[in-house]
Amino acid sequence: MITVIDYKAGNLTSVLKTLRYLGAEPVVTDGDLSLVESAERIVLPGVGHFAATEKLDATGLTSAIRAAIARDVPFLGICVGMQWLYAGSTEAPQQPGLGAFSESCSRFAECTEKVPHVGWNSLEVREGSRLLAGVEPGEFVYFTHSYKGPVTADTAAVTQYIEPFAAAVERGNVMGVQFHPEKSGETGLKILRNFLAWQAKGAGC
Amino acid sequence: MLTKRIIACLDVHAGRVVKGVQFVDLIDAGDPATQAARHAREGADEIVLLDITATHEGRQTLLDTVRRTARELFVPFCVGGGIKSARDAEQVFEAGADKVSINSAALADPDLISAIGSSFGAQAVVVAIDARRDPAAADPVREAQVFVHGGRKPAGRRVVEWAREAEERGAGEILLTSMDADGTRAGFDCELTAAVSEAVGIPVIASGGAGTVAHFADVFGRGQAHAALAASIFHFGVSTSRSLKEELAKAGVPVRLPC
Repeated sequence: MITVIDYKAGNLTSVLKTLRYLGAEPVVTDGDLSLVESAERIVLPGVGHFAATEKLDATGLTSAIRAAIARDVPFLGICVGMQWLYAGSTEAPQQPGLGAFSESCSRFAECTEKVPHVGWNSLEVREGSRLLAGVEPGEFVYFTHSYKGPVTADTAAVTQYIEPFAAAVERGNVMGVQFHPEKSGETGLKILRNFLAWQAKGAGC
Repeated sequence: MLTKRIIACLDVHAGRVVKGVQFVDLIDAGDPATQAARHAREGADEIVLLDITATHEGRQTLLDTVRRTARELFVPFCVGGGIKSARDAEQVFEAGADKVSINSAALADPDLISAIGSSFGAQAVVVAIDARRDPAAADPVREAQVFVHGGRKPAGRRVVEWAREAEERGAGEILLTSMDADGTRAGFDCELTAAVSEAVGIPVIASGGAGTVAHFADVFGRGQAHAALAASIFHFGVSTSRSLKEELAKAGVPVRLPC
């Protein structure tokens, strides 16, 4: 069972539709913790403001997700869902993230380029990424965001806009993508297929 | 590298793609879902579906069309035409749109921009502006006027000011149509597009006047557009996103080439 978390930040339709197209049967929860406890995979979508993740704390979903990740349940955060994996974001400094990655997200530096970063940009995929396996140089994905995570050892792909930032992050069973795989054509479908096929390392089949 | 977007626009009337000059002499140009999928396959970076019926009885037909079109479309999908309230927008999002484009309703009630943005995010709100240069003004471009009702009626606002206000109220992108250039196939209004792009911090999509590949290169360069809308140039197989983008790449414009 794949559980999609709804924290009332934007629209889940595209993510659900795409997961169904790929043969998954997603269930949605905005507070039923049993759907997180029994999940085989978890997706946390999200557009809009980082402050909206406060709902995850208020409903107990944060603790349930933390426990699921500790059980090696594959987890994918998309856009704000990826940013939530960090310690926090300057977009809502009072609101902590999950802290799976110790750094924080910040806004693109002021300059002549437009912020938000909207459109199709390329990925420099780092060797060893399982989530982005099969993504070739010259493939593009769709971004729409004003905040981003820093490039660190856990970065699975780097994208350049104003400065290099983490387009994807991956450590063990915890993954995040700053772009929208559900809106990124065949490349996005390939990435979501990788996630749906993900088996925890060492887990028997 | 961030690429320039080519957006395919489908005008839809009563559930069918139509094509006509200035909404007159409509020709049937196919099924929206089939056309959208074809454009995405050929490399369009985004699809805009513009409902030109926008009558009350047409709403249900539109929602059905959006649902059918979204089902197997995996690029950003924007829907415009007849969205007058946050509830209208919500229905379109639930049917599978990623963005809505609002035009006269935003002029009539500017709070609509933030009302939609606060629930669905700024990235989901595109404010469409129909613009005409003001030939009587000292600076016809910077004092260009906003028009409504298909470009027939002045809204009493200046384009640059309204674009700035839309941004402040939480629009994620501006879709700027030059009514002077629209339908001419003589090129985008690059001066006007540049004036708006310089005035706002959000991306500007240029629309109206596309006739050749050079017109696109021009609006991405001189016009400072982040994306450009193409409608008639794509119909009836005249030109595809793929061939357009291949030509743009040769001209040095960064574009996403389809796999």
